[in-house]
Amino acid sequence: MNANTLFGPLWLSVQLAAITTIVLMIVATPIAWWLARTASRWKPVVQTTVALPIVLPPTVMGFYLLILLGPGGAIGSWWVELTGNALTFSFLGLVIASCLYSLPFAVQPLVVAFESLGQRNLEAAWTLGASRMDAFFSVALPLSVRGYLSAVVLSFAHTLGEFGVVLMVGGNIPGETRVISIAIYDQVESLNYLAAHQLSALLLVVAFIALFAMFHINRRWQTR
Amino acid sequence: MNADSVIHVRYALQRGEFALEVDFDLPLRGISGVFGASGAGKTSLLRCIAGLERPATGKLVVAGDVWQDDVSNTWRAVHERDIGYVFQEPRLFAHLDVRGNIEYGLRRREHNGAPDIDHIISLLGIEQLLGRKPNELSGGEAQRVAIARALLCAPRFVLMDEPLASLDQARKEEILPFLDRLHAEAEVPIIYVSHNIDEVCRLCDHLVVMDIGRVVADGDVQSVLVRMDLPILAGEEASSVIHGTAISHDDNDDLTRLKFSGGDIWVPGKPKPQGSKVRLRIRAGDVSLSRTRAEQSTILNIVPAVVESIQPDQGASALVRLEIGTDQIVARVTRRSIRELALQQGDEVFAQIKSVAVRAP
Repeated sequence: MNANTLFGPLWLSVQLAAITTIVLMIVATPIAWWLARTASRWKPVVQTTVALPIVLPPTVMGFYLLILLGPGGAIGSWWVELTGNALTFSFLGLVIASCLYSLPFAVQPLVVAFESLGQRNLEAAWTLGASRMDAFFSVALPLSVRGYLSAVVLSFAHTLGEFGVVLMVGGNIPGETRVISIAIYDQVESLNYLAAHQLSALLLVVAFIALFAMFHINRRWQTR
Repeated sequence: MNADSVIHVRYALQRGEFALEVDFDLPLRGISGVFGASGAGKTSLLRCIAGLERPATGKLVVAGDVWQDDVSNTWRAVHERDIGYVFQEPRLFAHLDVRGNIEYGLRRREHNGAPDIDHIISLLGIEQLLGRKPNELSGGEAQRVAIARALLCAPRFVLMDEPLASLDQARKEEILPFLDRLHAEAEVPIIYVSHNIDEVCRLCDHLVVMDIGRVVADGDVQSVLVRMDLPILAGEEASSVIHGTAISHDDNDDLTRLKFSGGDIWVPGKPKPQGSKVRLRIRAGDVSLSRTRAEQSTILNIVPAVVESIQPDQGASALVRLEIGTDQIVARVTRRSIRELALQQGDEVFAQIKSVAVRAP
C-alpha cells in the first residue's frame, strides 16, 4: 500500500475537519450567544433543532441532506444554477454536511461558557466605555477561551470520525470525498485487512492526540 | 442650583411589585449620598443613571447635556455616558492583570489632557498590585482597583453602589481612608449609594433619602440628618453632622479644641492638624440635656442650646432637635425626662456631648 492511499484519505479528513471547525466557530458563536442570553419563547425550539444531530442516525441526516443538496433539491438546484456544479459528491457538500452534523458539539460548550460568563463582566465593560461588540471581543471572548477550546476539539474530532453522513452525501471519490473512515470501510469490504489496520491505527492515534491535547491544556488552565 | 452644575433626574420605572418614581436634582460636586433601606430603589436609580436600565419614562440631564429624554426620544447608550461605575463586587476582568484592568477604560474614553494615572494609583495605594491577577487580590484590594479603574476612565461623575457592602468590617476600615482621601483630593463628583449611616455621615456632603422607590428628603447632609420625621433617620442610628475647625491643642491633657458655630468642643488626641477644617459626627444617643449647666461633671463638652422640636421615637425614647449657634444637632432622651423637665420648644438648655467622631470635612 503506497503512502498516497494511506495518507491521502487522512489528509482529506484533516482538511475537512479543520475547515468545518473554522466555519463552525463563526456560525456557532452567535447561536450560542443568543441561546445563553435570550428569554425568547423560541429558545427551546432552537435548542432542540441544534441538538438533533446528536440523536439522529447519521444516515437519516445524510439522506435528507442528499435530497436537499442534490441537483434536484432546493439548495442543490440553486447551486447548480449558480455555479454549474453539483453540491453532492463534492468536497464543499461535505463541508456543509459536516457543519450541520457537528453543530451541537460546537454550540453546547460555547453556551456553557457564555452562561457562566454572566451579565456582570459585560456591564462593567460597558460602563468603562466599551460598545456591545467591543465588550464581546475584549471581555466575553477571552473569558470564554476554555469553552472555545472544548468546542474546537470536539468539532474537529467529531468531524474526523464521521462516516454515515459522508457516505450518503459524498460517496467515495478519491481526493474529493474519500475521507479516512470511508477508506477503512472500503478496505474492509475488499478484505484488505492490513490496509484497514493501518488506516484505523492512524485515526486512533490522531484522535488520541487531539483529545489528550485538550485535556492537557484544560488542566494547565485550571492550575494557572 | 445652576443647571450647569447639577444632574437632573426624573424616572418612572415599574418592575413587578416595585415602582421607582423620582424627580430631583443632584449637585455635580463632592459626594452625594443616596441613602435608604434595601429595596428602597437605590440600585435601580443608579442603574438608570448609568443607562443599564431603561425606564419607561425618564429624563436625565447632566450639566445641561440631555442624556436621556423620552419626549424627544434621546437615549445615550451605556458606553456613551462618560461615567465611572463601582459595583458592589469589584467585577475585575479575570483575564487581565491589575494594570490591564485599569487601562481598559482609560483606552476607551476620550480624555481632556493626560489623566493623572500615577496620582490615582497612589491615591488608592495600588502601586504594588499592578502586575497581579485579580484572583491574587484580597477583597479590599480588588475593590480599590475597581475604584481606580472607574476613576481612570475620565468620568464626569462616578456612581458607587454600596462599594463596601460585600466586605467585612476590617476590609471596610481598610478602604474608608482611601475614600476620605478621594473626597479631599479628587475633583470628580461621586454619587454614593449606601444603607449604612456611618458611611453617609463620614463621606457625604449632600444627601438623598429614598424609601420604597421615592425620594423622601434631599439637601445638604447636615440639614437632612436632623429631619426627625423620617423613620429611617431616627432609631438607633440617629446622628448629626456639623462642621468646625481645629484651633489649638492642649499638650498637657492631649486634647484638641475644635471651634464650631455654637462654641468649642474638646476631643481627645490630635485627630487633625491645627487650622484644618473638620467634620464632627455626633450620635443622638451621645447627647444628653440639662436645665442648668452641670457644675461638677466629667463631661467636657457642655454647650448652650435651644430646643427646636421634640419628636417621640420608638419605645421609651424621644428625639430632640437642638439649635446650637447656626448648627443643629439631635439628642436622644427618654420621654420621661422630657416630661419631668417639662421640655418645650424654645426652651434654653445645655447639651452635654459625651463623644464626637472627627472626620475630614
